Amino acid sequence: MPIARNAARTALVACAGLFAVTACGSGDGADEAQSKQVTLVTHDSFNVSKDVLAEFKKKTGYTVKVLKSGDAGQAVNQAVLSKGNPQGDVLFGVDNTLLSRAVDNGVFAPYEAKGLDRVPAEYQLDAEKHRVTPVDTGDICVNYDKSYFADKKLDPPRTFEDLADPKYKNLLVTENVATSSPGLGFLLGTAAEFGDEGWQDYWKKLKANGVKVVEGWEQAYNEEFSGSAGGKKAGGDRPLVVSYASSPPVEVLYADPQPDEAPTGVLTDTCFRQIEFAGLLDGAKNPEGGKKLLDFLIGKTFQEDLPLQMFVRPVADDAKLPKLFTEFGAEADRARSLEPEKIAENREVWVKSWTSLVVK
Amino acid sequence: MTVPVVFFGIFFAYPVAAIVGRGLRQDGAWQFGALGEVLGDPDIGQVLWFTLWQALASTGLILVVAMPAAYVFARLEFPGKSLLRAVVTVPFVLPTVVVGTAFLALLGRGGLLDDLWGLRLDTTVWAILLAHVFFNYAVVVRTVGGLWAQLDPRQEEAARMLGASRFRAWRTVTLPALGPAVAAAALMVFLFTFTSFGVVQILGGPGFATLEVEIYRQTAQLLDLPTAAVLTLVQFAAVGAILAVHAWTVRRRESALSLVDAAYAVRRVRGTGQRILLGFVLATVAVLILLPLGVLVERALDAPGGYGLGYFRALMSADGGAFLVPPIDAVANSLQYAAVATLIALLVGGLAAAALTRRAGPFTRGFDALLMLPLGVSAVTVGFGFLIALDRPPLDLRASWILVPLAQALVGVPFVVRTMLPVLRAVDSRLREAAAVLGASPWRAWREVDLPLVRRALLVAAGFAFAVSLGEFGATVFIARPDNPTLPVAVARLLGRAGDLNYGQAMALSTILMIVCVVSLLLLERVRPLSRGAGTAGALD
Amino acid sequence: MAGTPRRSDAPRADAQAERDAATSLGAPLLEIEAASVRFADAAYPALGAVDLRVAVGEIVCVLGPSGSGKSTLLRAVAGLQALDSGRVRLEGRDQAGVPAHRRGVGLMFQDHQLFPQRDVGGNIAFGPRMHGATREEQHTRVAELLRLVGLPGAAGRVVSTLSGGEQQRVALARALAPSPRLLMLDEPLGQLDRSLRERLVIELRELFGTLGTTVLAVTHDQGEAFALADRVVVMREGRIAQSGTPLEVWQRPADAFVARFIGFDNLVAAKVADGVADTPWGKLPVPPGSPHGEREVLVRPTGVRLVEPDRGLACTVAARTFRGTHVSLALDPATGPRLEAACTLREAPAPGAEVGVAFDPDDVVVLG
Repeated sequence: MPIARNAARTALVACAGLFAVTACGSGDGADEAQSKQVTLVTHDSFNVSKDVLAEFKKKTGYTVKVLKSGDAGQAVNQAVLSKGNPQGDVLFGVDNTLLSRAVDNGVFAPYEAKGLDRVPAEYQLDAEKHRVTPVDTGDICVNYDKSYFADKKLDPPRTFEDLADPKYKNLLVTENVATSSPGLGFLLGTAAEFGDEGWQDYWKKLKANGVKVVEGWEQAYNEEFSGSAGGKKAGGDRPLVVSYASSPPVEVLYADPQPDEAPTGVLTDTCFRQIEFAGLLDGAKNPEGGKKLLDFLIGKTFQEDLPLQMFVRPVADDAKLPKLFTEFGAEADRARSLEPEKIAENREVWVKSWTSLVVK
Repeated sequence: MTVPVVFFGIFFAYPVAAIVGRGLRQDGAWQFGALGEVLGDPDIGQVLWFTLWQALASTGLILVVAMPAAYVFARLEFPGKSLLRAVVTVPFVLPTVVVGTAFLALLGRGGLLDDLWGLRLDTTVWAILLAHVFFNYAVVVRTVGGLWAQLDPRQEEAARMLGASRFRAWRTVTLPALGPAVAAAALMVFLFTFTSFGVVQILGGPGFATLEVEIYRQTAQLLDLPTAAVLTLVQFAAVGAILAVHAWTVRRRESALSLVDAAYAVRRVRGTGQRILLGFVLATVAVLILLPLGVLVERALDAPGGYGLGYFRALMSADGGAFLVPPIDAVANSLQYAAVATLIALLVGGLAAAALTRRAGPFTRGFDALLMLPLGVSAVTVGFGFLIALDRPPLDLRASWILVPLAQALVGVPFVVRTMLPVLRAVDSRLREAAAVLGASPWRAWREVDLPLVRRALLVAAGFAFAVSLGEFGATVFIARPDNPTLPVAVARLLGRAGDLNYGQAMALSTILMIVCVVSLLLLERVRPLSRGAGTAGALD
Repeated sequence: MAGTPRRSDAPRADAQAERDAATSLGAPLLEIEAASVRFADAAYPALGAVDLRVAVGEIVCVLGPSGSGKSTLLRAVAGLQALDSGRVRLEGRDQAGVPAHRRGVGLMFQDHQLFPQRDVGGNIAFGPRMHGATREEQHTRVAELLRLVGLPGAAGRVVSTLSGGEQQRVALARALAPSPRLLMLDEPLGQLDRSLRERLVIELRELFGTLGTTVLAVTHDQGEAFALADRVVVMREGRIAQSGTPLEVWQRPADAFVARFIGFDNLVAAKVADGVADTPWGKLPVPPGSPHGEREVLVRPTGVRLVEPDRGLACTVAARTFRGTHVSLALDPATGPRLEAACTLREAPAPGAEVGVAFDPDDVVVLG
């Protein structure tokens, strides 16, 4: 088959060329550049201002290379799978629902970040071993469409119980807990509120009250929720949606022109708190740079950059919240939380029972 | 043959084997206990059953709806044809997240059917089936149409002269000749719908789950690798069975056909029958494809201050906040990735197709089937497989941009092979021999004889590979990659944020993705063989 | 005189003396020695130890029914079919391992196999282009060949619009364009209608004569072979049954198979002794020197003479067929199998007529 052989030869040459290009493309493989570079592995929602990274480089001499993949769950799972030979130096984006999985699998090397004293103890879930460092918090809460309740002259609900009240029948939309992070957060919130057994009864009531479950946050918020821009265009008819405490300020920020008041509000008594952590990956090629990066993540500059980049709250108590948050944001009232171990233990069972209870 | 084998070995078989192996090996010993456990689970049985039947139903429905379109696009001449052919390919590249929502505008609350008859199909299996038609319409139109356009119409005419009715002639002469292409299209559609993820999620709601969804959950959410590994094996088995059935059906069907230049087979629309057919196809395209796409464009233009380009302007600036760079940069990223992926797919797929044309035997048939497997394997499996397999020198590609086009090419290769193979096999081998005795080396003969004949198929294949790469989301998102998002990734990120501007920009960016796709495909169509009748000079070059 | 004559330089009895003189001087261009090819599921080999030599300038026509291995022979020479054993030499050089495109032979395919995506000029220029001819040279060559095959100015025509005869001419021009040392034709006129075939075969012979081309053609049509060839090679089941000038083959078929294949049906078993063959038709005179014993005997139709009904072998006329130049009669004799006779139109009796038949010894052949 001379032709195949000939063509194969040509192709091999082409392939070799391709890989040569590849090698050049990832040419930060050069040793010199390597030492000056620190790699941050994170999820797709990660964002940071350019000047903040520039400041890190100025301070430490390190450039930050950001590698993103999927959502927080995937980022953590990838870290678990590549344990010992990690893709980068620091992993950012492990929240308390995933913490046990990451820590128990030995993904992280201990490091006590400088400036941790400015972070409240309640966020330091691994205070003894310092395998992870808390970086930010975010609350998953029910949001409501202000104009809907104003038009109907109806007080918005306040508590979890209210959501099951027939007054608010067919108004709430939430997400599939099996695949959606806010969906899971909301379930965990109800579990924290009603206990290991009690949450099932509560969800039975929610179901009877016409809760709608869609696949992800995008459908819930952009399609079904009547208070969002997308929902309005799509004719969404649910004025209550499981979203984030930061969603109203974001609505304001991304409106043109900016309104005086957020079009949506937060039911502050329905919140579940997510704490997001970062940690030095075990086996990191540049542990020194990684440590510097961890220090930086809880430093004032990064902490104050967080809210407008990722719409979460800083953990450092000296970080000032931007005006957007103070003006339009809402503080969770008694945010629920569960210990990471407990979440890890029950997660699969709960998701399964929730699925058969609510979806099927 | 070597290149495709090595390519698939390194970038598909090895990673997938690695991730499955990781799942089934605990503490250094193989654990097959999970196998019985998972397979015994009635829920899993249900998922498997649903996955299978919806895929079969979708495939059947698509063939019924799209075959007339394949004919119309292959054989009839009407104004705006090439534009329309490019447009029907658009759904193929759009992220399901985006189009799912647009499709709801057709089927869901306040949708067209709701307005007309108060009929809502969202969260029903009909929504899933219709959306599958929407997404895969182009697969049939392009794969089948590509061959159909080149079939010698005289064969059908001969049958009619022998007393066959128009339909009978089609059924007895053309359909068997189209057999391989139809089978190829059906196979691809089946694999796509079998591994359907977004459509099922968004339009079916949490009540429906395919195997793909289950694997995604087990791998990406729960990190239950043993279960995921078993499910992946189940998926393999199912896909393998389908591939075997396919191979069995098409064996010996691919014979030398009488191929002509497409331009000779095209006819002006004539007669009531053809008009009705054209009307039917145009109506289907309008309702099933243009309408949902129109909704997207409408939403992209529906800016706060009235219709305008506000969202598009916002895309040009980095102030939006969702990215470090203006979202519009994603266009350049996507085009680059897609170009590289298309090149890889054409190279690997073309060589594979050429090798498959010339060789026969069980090994070749097995390899033929292997090439199709990436379509039937979960993106998350491949993505995570890359992570644990390609992690050591000399192949530590985890942090490299090349992984993205490589993963995209994996999906593109089957298209290249499937579109090229029927045509390549249809090329009479004596034409090559004629070239050989006239002094052409085998390589030269391939270039001079096969290439011009398959150029059209090659373009179709390139268009597919390019479109697939442009729209590829699953594998891309599962691969850790430097922060230069592709269009679908950028759209998804914008959609993941609250706020009018983000939503509007997502719609605007989707519209741009549509336009990029259409323009690319139109450009590809322009690259036609040399105009004929230009005399010796033209043919001599 | 039995067996197969093996003279590659047999003179023809027509006006080709000059050419034949050149032929007889020619060294062998093609030598095939014990070439064998066997396909997996075949009952007999496609080629069974075939020996054949073709001299420079010679036109050799391989004649045989389909499946006799004649196409395989061409493909083996062209390098498109590997030999299981034996060898092919061109100008003395063994061609084992030489790929088709380096053998410098031309092959005109059975159904022409014109490249559909190229126009006439593009098809003809293909060979010269492969051999590195400049654009100018290609142009010249295309024009030259189109004139030669009688299609001047057709370079720009699309292949699919050509008639069968035109396609055949283009295919020929394409095969000739690179000036191959050996031109091979596979059923060159197979698909054409009769009158065109008869005209073209003469044109071809003239053309090859003018160009001095060495030709190896295969066909299943004995008329075509006899008209075209200097030498005819009859093949049967992968082996050569007979080789000789058309006249030799026609006059002395080597065996019953060859005889039947070239169109002779008056064959019977006979016992030959002392110049007489004892057959079911009676005692037939045979030419002097014929072999003796149990033999098959052929009577050429021209040797079946009609005589008075009460003389010779009594026959009834079963049918008569006009053949243009003569009438072919099917006769049912009182004893023995049906006989074919040829006679002039004037002599031809009507079907049903009773005739007598006598045999001309010059047209009686005792087969080897």
